[in-house]
Amino acid sequence: MGEYRLQAAALGRLMPMHLALDGRGRVTSAGATLERVVGERLEGADFFARFALRGVAGRNRVADLPWMARMHLSVRDRPDLSFRGQAVPLGPGKGALVNLSFGIGVVEAVQRFDLTEADFAPTDLTVELLYLYEAKTAVLEELRALNRRLHGDKVVAEGQALTDALTGLGNRRALEGALEGMVRPFALVALDLDGFKAVNDRLGHAAGDHVLATVARRLEGACRAGDAVLRLGGDEFVLLLPGMVLADAVLRRMRRVIAAVAKPIPWEGEVARIGLSAGVILAEEGGNPPADALLPRADAALYAAKRAGKGQAVVWHPGLGEG
Amino acid sequence: MNGLVNRAIQNFLRDGWGAAAWADAARAAGVPAAGFEPMLEYDPALTGRLVAAAAARLDRDGDCLLEDLGTWLVSHPSRAGVRRLLRFGGPDFVEFLHSLDDLPARARLALPDLALPPLRLEVVGAGLFHLYVGPGLAGAGAVARGLLRAMADDYGALAVIEGEDGAGDGAAVLTIRLLDTAFAEGRAFTLGRA
Repeated sequence: MGEYRLQAAALGRLMPMHLALDGRGRVTSAGATLERVVGERLEGADFFARFALRGVAGRNRVADLPWMARMHLSVRDRPDLSFRGQAVPLGPGKGALVNLSFGIGVVEAVQRFDLTEADFAPTDLTVELLYLYEAKTAVLEELRALNRRLHGDKVVAEGQALTDALTGLGNRRALEGALEGMVRPFALVALDLDGFKAVNDRLGHAAGDHVLATVARRLEGACRAGDAVLRLGGDEFVLLLPGMVLADAVLRRMRRVIAAVAKPIPWEGEVARIGLSAGVILAEEGGNPPADALLPRADAALYAAKRAGKGQAVVWHPGLGEG
Repeated sequence: MNGLVNRAIQNFLRDGWGAAAWADAARAAGVPAAGFEPMLEYDPALTGRLVAAAAARLDRDGDCLLEDLGTWLVSHPSRAGVRRLLRFGGPDFVEFLHSLDDLPARARLALPDLALPPLRLEVVGAGLFHLYVGPGLAGAGAVARGLLRAMADDYGALAVIEGEDGAGDGAAVLTIRLLDTAFAEGRAFTLGRA
């Protein structure tokens, strides 16, 4: 192994954050960048009086330095000014060479001390790190902007959607469109689940969503060609039954629908039990009642069905009011 | 990641000639009405069509338009981020020129999908350099001419940058004649962002 001699200036260029110590811990040479950051001349200073080694209290001699290993230290009384470093011996009793870096704090340090490329060794990757930090920040900002735009589009699209995302059924907006296009006579049935809140409370919202999707499939299964099933939100559904003019016929169908929907629904080893109440309004030929009165009257009939007990279907009559 | 390139052209046209000129060129080139998303990928043929449509709409030579694009990328206040990233290449213009070899790798570090053509700098003599722009991105030579002129200004260097585009595959050779490295003050640059 050879022995190498280096002029202090060369050492300073190679390691702008070095400290050379003599055998008693006096600084014999200090890198310009390190002095700039600490804010004072370090040559002649007592290393252990100026710097505190983290995690190794009481070490204050050159021989105590953790040779060859990574060490963490900070300027005494300035815990915000900390470094990562490494010490190597200069020979028996001859002191040590300590090289420091900012570690991950370098981005902050560059801003705080207004460091330039000249403050770092040409081999130092700090400038690349700063470049990458800035490039990634710019890319992240672009991605955030893209996310904001996409989210805005999503909100608009949801507002214009005609389909309920959970069940795939038409939603309230779709009902408005469907009512405009319906040829009278037809029946409109407002449906509401019995005991749905208890399912949510007992088994959780995922179970509730499963129940709503199952109910949607069962309602579709109970439909005839031309019928429509829609979900207005929550556990409220609507059936549109073209051609239905007789209250008795609608009630007969509703009893079958209620029986089909009310079957137990398995969920992760448990069973969800719900029922169905129905309020019916008949939209007669000739425009009675007007289109905007259909849903309120069906709701009034549904309310009467709920009051009459679970699993009932009621056809609207004037005694129920306009809803 | 050609959305970033396309978006730059879109912003350049809008900044320089207004929304109507951009909209005309976009329509003629078959660009999506909402413009480009910088983080998305588009049909590679779209970029060339857009430049041709813009040149026709503005009655300008396509190469001149691309040179201006290169200058705008560095000098326009809205592109301060690009200028800063390029300035990380070196403390003076000569070191910056030497950093160009690494530019495609640097760009990939930031955005793995961003494919820039290979760049190779050759020192021909005192203050004389050739920059070889590899194939892959049509018009890259013209953009590089405008960009290098603006970077010379940014560093305060006086340089003459000329060059010929190759066979249409995007490859080009630029000649950089550096007359004075400290011609003017140059724009301030600090490693840490203010």
